Amino acid sequence: MTTTLATPSAATEAPATGRSRRRWYVGGVMILIGAYGLVAFGLGTRTAHGRTSTFGLDLVGAGGVDMPDLKVPAATTAMVLSVICVALGVARMAVEPRRLWRVLTTTAFLACFIAAFLVWATANQSLNFASVLNATVLAAVPLILGALCGVLCERSGVINVAIEGQFLFGACAAAFTASLTGSLWAGLVAGCLAGALLGAILAVFANRYKVQQVVLGVVLNLLAAGLTGFLYDRILQPNSGGYNQALAFPNLRIPGLVSIPVIGPVLFNQNIIVYATMVLIAVVQFGLFHTRWGLRTRAVGEHPTAADTVGIKVLATRYRNVIIGGLISGLGGVWLTIGLNIPFNKNMAAGQGFIALAALIFGRWSPLGALSAALLFGFFEAISTSLQPLGTPVPSQFLTMAPYLATIFAVAGLVGHVRAPAADGQPYG
Amino acid sequence: MSERSTAEKRNNDGPLRRVLDGVVTGRPWFVTVLAILLALVVGAILIVVSDQEVLSKYGYFFASPGAALGSSWNDVATAYSALFKGAIFDPGNASSLTSALQPISETLTEATPLIFGGLSVGLAFRAGLFNIGGQGQLIIGAIAATYIGFTLHGVVALPAAIIAGIIGGAALGGLVGLLKARTGAHEVIVTIMLNYVSVAFLAYLINTGTFKDPTNPQPVSKPVTAGARLPHLAGDTLRLNAGILIGIAAVAFTWWLLNRSTLGFQLRTVGANPNAARTAGMNVGRVQIMAMLFSGGLMGLVGVSQVLGTANANNALTPQIDAGLGFSAITVALLGRASPIGTVVASLLFGALQAGGRAMQVSSANVSIEIVTVIQALIVLFVAAPPLIRGLFRLRGGESVDTGLAAKGWNG
Repeated sequence: MTTTLATPSAATEAPATGRSRRRWYVGGVMILIGAYGLVAFGLGTRTAHGRTSTFGLDLVGAGGVDMPDLKVPAATTAMVLSVICVALGVARMAVEPRRLWRVLTTTAFLACFIAAFLVWATANQSLNFASVLNATVLAAVPLILGALCGVLCERSGVINVAIEGQFLFGACAAAFTASLTGSLWAGLVAGCLAGALLGAILAVFANRYKVQQVVLGVVLNLLAAGLTGFLYDRILQPNSGGYNQALAFPNLRIPGLVSIPVIGPVLFNQNIIVYATMVLIAVVQFGLFHTRWGLRTRAVGEHPTAADTVGIKVLATRYRNVIIGGLISGLGGVWLTIGLNIPFNKNMAAGQGFIALAALIFGRWSPLGALSAALLFGFFEAISTSLQPLGTPVPSQFLTMAPYLATIFAVAGLVGHVRAPAADGQPYG
Repeated sequence: MSERSTAEKRNNDGPLRRVLDGVVTGRPWFVTVLAILLALVVGAILIVVSDQEVLSKYGYFFASPGAALGSSWNDVATAYSALFKGAIFDPGNASSLTSALQPISETLTEATPLIFGGLSVGLAFRAGLFNIGGQGQLIIGAIAATYIGFTLHGVVALPAAIIAGIIGGAALGGLVGLLKARTGAHEVIVTIMLNYVSVAFLAYLINTGTFKDPTNPQPVSKPVTAGARLPHLAGDTLRLNAGILIGIAAVAFTWWLLNRSTLGFQLRTVGANPNAARTAGMNVGRVQIMAMLFSGGLMGLVGVSQVLGTANANNALTPQIDAGLGFSAITVALLGRASPIGTVVASLLFGALQAGGRAMQVSSANVSIEIVTVIQALIVLFVAAPPLIRGLFRLRGGESVDTGLAAKGWNG
């Protein structure tokens, strides 16, 4: 059967030569980037004259343990961090590390380079690092929820490009219901159900009518944008006091954990949706790889015919996963309004559904991978806004581009190789 | 009954009989007509349920059903007649030839970018590629066209700006094709990501000294010179411009490319079955790159018509220059079944909806233009699932409709 054959792509080379070539290539790029950091950040004029960079480590108004500001000499720190980057590149070129070490060195490289960049950007000024971390969490929540929805859908073989639309549905339903009933919980339930409704439409058209799923997702996004925009113009906007208020869940302090220095107030003084997101990550990760449901889901996504042969109901699995996924990305939409204390606005998802898709792909279709990618993308988002007052010569738009460029590099096989579930996007039956 | 005898019978029948036959057996064109009607009906329901005054009348529906139904009808009739008047002909505003032609001029002007976009997406579809990156390609095309447009003067300005727009779009499209052919990176993922890269790039560029209009506090580029503007075709008051002529030329060119050229044959073969194409000795990667080059170039023309045409009063770049056309283009291509002629028909329909939608928004009906997006999306959704329409209307027949879209996943 042609559908089950993997299409040969130009990227699959003979493993041995491919890997050693990649080793040189990746190491070389890391050395070049590190050297650039050394010249631009360590030896540049911005960090010269013994300037110091100050990082605030207390989240304003969050309580927790008082931390003194971190003051570092700008030029020296940036140089040391850049040299570490170069050293990591040399190490990667010299030896072929195992997977764990590859991940660790790449992470360390990224962390050092970004730290060097931040030290350079804050030279002679101060930046509240704790609030950058807080903004990272706030920006990452919808990305994580959207990507988890994508994991559920795509692991069972249904491509979901409509995460953006599910966000809009969820956000609109949550703001409207919460304002109308005065109950945030009713808003949360309505938002999740609205996301699931769009998920159900996606599932029916993909599984029953076998519509091409990428096209379907694009059309559903248009439908969601049009419908929520229409309802906004006709109902929400003229009666914003009654139907579209700014409401939010209160923050809940988790005693004990909130006293962890720096990250305590960032992670454990948030509202219920953030905690729900943490639980969902754990549940989906465990469920997907350690339960019968997870094994069946993955089987259906990789080889539906084989799964069907052993008695797994392929279509039922797909329907269930896509609708549960819709509930989760609906929660992402709920976050955008009553999670962040913002009334609904037209197209307020502003591409976050697509960054969630990018996080899913960049995280190689795994919940933990998607979490790391979402945090990385959220961090870029956070620094692109918090660096603006510092007056760096780097335009904020270039930082905005970073997640998208990273994803292109990832799918082009320049940083590792990503592979989707084999039957992703192929209707069954 | 064999396929052949059905065909013979069809040719022997009169035109009325053929139409009736099409209705009864639910042929594709009839399914499309039903899809449009159904989408308009859903739109009408939305208009009614979103009107609180009308809804309050439903509160005492059983006491006086006439009031509720009457005002519902009134609501929908006002809205849809405004739509018709804004798109086709307004008998109340036909005192002079210019004002009588105004709705048609609006429809054609709105249809122009959709023609380019629909051709672009349709061309890629035929090669088995999804160009979801129209937004990015048209933005890069618009940037290139604007730059040439405000730099050059005189008679060379217009052709140079148009060519720059095509090259800009084609460069981004070609990059996608190149990544697909060389590394296997899925074009959908790459194009979605490039959309946002292009949006950020435009936001950056528009604030730089090279592009920013110093006289305008808003982030708007310098306007293009008079020589680089697409001339009006029917007097200065009507927005109809020479973009529609380029559109007709693009339709003819794409038709020739797809149906009469060697590359077009290869393109369709690769789209139908890349493995067979490879076995037959075609260079699949090269064909994919060429398809994305042409597709991107056509998208670049959308950017050209947005900047050099009459879409914005200043003929300048704005952050919203794409106006969602990259995605509307996908719906146009789907409705037009990826054929050049079908694309023209679909563009005219969606252009009319757009022009009428604007009239509807400012009319006494006060219906948001967003309803047009809903109607367009529903039309495409219904057209994409013929069994749904057949089931709803109890139509016979189950001739499979080839939408030109083989289902494929990320790995394909």
